[in-house]
Amino acid sequence: MAAFAFTACGKKESGDVVVLTGASTIAPIIVDVAKRYEEAHPGVRIEVQTGGTSRGIADTLSGVADLGMASRVLTDEEAEKLTAYRIAADGVCVVLHKDNPINDLSKQQLIDIYTKKETNWSAFGGPDATIVVANKADGRSTLEVFLGFVGLDKADVKADVVVGENLHVINSVVSNPNTIGYVSIGTAATEAQGGTPIKLIATDGIAATTENVASGTFPITRPLTIIEDAETSPAAKAFLDHLKSAEINDIIEKHFFVPVN
Amino acid sequence: MTSSRNTSLSRSIDRLTQGVLGLLALVAGGMVLLIVWYLFSNALPVIEAGRLAAFFTDSLWQPRSQRDPQFGVVSMLVASFLVTLLAVALALPVGLAGAVFHRFYAPPVLERWNRRMLELLIGVPSVVFGFWGLMVIVPLIVRLAPHTSGQSLLAASIVLGLMILPIIALTSQAALQAVPPAQLQAAAGLGMGRARTIWSVALPAAKGGIGAGVLLALARAIGETMAVVLVCGNIPQIPKSLFDGIRPVTSTIALEMGYATASHKALLFCAALILVLFTALLVGWLSFRKVESDPGTGGA
Repeated sequence: MAAFAFTACGKKESGDVVVLTGASTIAPIIVDVAKRYEEAHPGVRIEVQTGGTSRGIADTLSGVADLGMASRVLTDEEAEKLTAYRIAADGVCVVLHKDNPINDLSKQQLIDIYTKKETNWSAFGGPDATIVVANKADGRSTLEVFLGFVGLDKADVKADVVVGENLHVINSVVSNPNTIGYVSIGTAATEAQGGTPIKLIATDGIAATTENVASGTFPITRPLTIIEDAETSPAAKAFLDHLKSAEINDIIEKHFFVPVN
Repeated sequence: MTSSRNTSLSRSIDRLTQGVLGLLALVAGGMVLLIVWYLFSNALPVIEAGRLAAFFTDSLWQPRSQRDPQFGVVSMLVASFLVTLLAVALALPVGLAGAVFHRFYAPPVLERWNRRMLELLIGVPSVVFGFWGLMVIVPLIVRLAPHTSGQSLLAASIVLGLMILPIIALTSQAALQAVPPAQLQAAAGLGMGRARTIWSVALPAAKGGIGAGVLLALARAIGETMAVVLVCGNIPQIPKSLFDGIRPVTSTIALEMGYATASHKALLFCAALILVLFTALLVGWLSFRKVESDPGTGGA
């Protein structure tokens, strides 16, 4: 409430700016929430930039961002200086082109593909075509979550393409149908529903759906969190409270993530 | 006397103009020094720690690895220069041929429209070029080489080549336009055909301007980031074929600068500094060679 009073008293034109940076998985939710929030709170401006969880953590610590977006659990070291608030749950799933006949890959098969032990789709009942392995760049939590699941070290992965953003993975699969990649289930489902020719692949026989993430049966899940350090501005605090509330659950569901509050 | 006062007034206006122009010119040139200084001061921790040599002796780039940190930048420099040279090699013949056609063969209407299109091409945001490359060029390359990812040296060269094409075409056109008509008329008077005139008179006379355009395009290409990161594959390796993925210095910076903390950031600044210095060397060497081999163009 104090924050609102402060906002109302402040100059209307300049207003309060809340900057969030970090995971490209979370950014679309925040952009939608921000649109509604800015309408309800004239004078407040929310700026959202992507760059990966590591950037969100670095920017929040350095003060470049008021709040960070992190799509994985913080390490003990990070948790000493930062507090994370869960706003949603997400899974990481494998994506293939719609024309690829394969619908399910086990953990062992994923290991074989990402270490180049198997290099042809025919080994898994697919067409006679070389597998193109797309991996995420360093600093992306999707990479860490996926590698944690398959139990591989970064150095073990032999990639043909290294990409940053979730959408770059999806576009790589679209532009070359022999590509395998992994992205956030929410992002993949949104794109697939929008007509992008990709499909979400089951892992160890469990379908990559929001329901399976919600029930906890999908094997690769992660929290989507907003992080803050000890020096959060009143305007950022107010926006954080809004993000922690159930009021944004409709937007979270619209993006195919699982609300937790 | 009024006339003497006028002279002294116009002289002081002259002096003022000269001063303002000089200052603005210095700002433009000094900017480069400021940027290089900024890069240098941010890269200083790496240089002070004596790790500069590792940039050229390490074979891999894995600055954040706990087990075995390595800072090899050679493959990235090679990638940056290869992709730039290939882009120029693709854009130069097309741009130059277009310029010659428009100067000597095309009707003025066509020439005007084509120039407008080229100017529009310069204004297309690089991320749009990158996205178009990923969605159109990459699938074509996959059809050509079905066992590759398509995101490759070739894809990046084509996209970059298209981006610098208008620079080369427009500067070449201007250079050809500036060839004195008297020279062309003299050639015609000697009974030379149009093709012969272009080849033996117009192109040699416009060489300096065309070369300057190529240098501009070269510098533009080597620094391009957004378009390249989307189509080059980002694999830090020295490519063995056109279809291999590459990772230019700029891509590495784009992918890593966002989240880099202290020492990692200094390493990235250092890589950027090395790229800038190598580019300066290349551009300097090329323009020096141009002057050396062709002392006559200066006056033309």
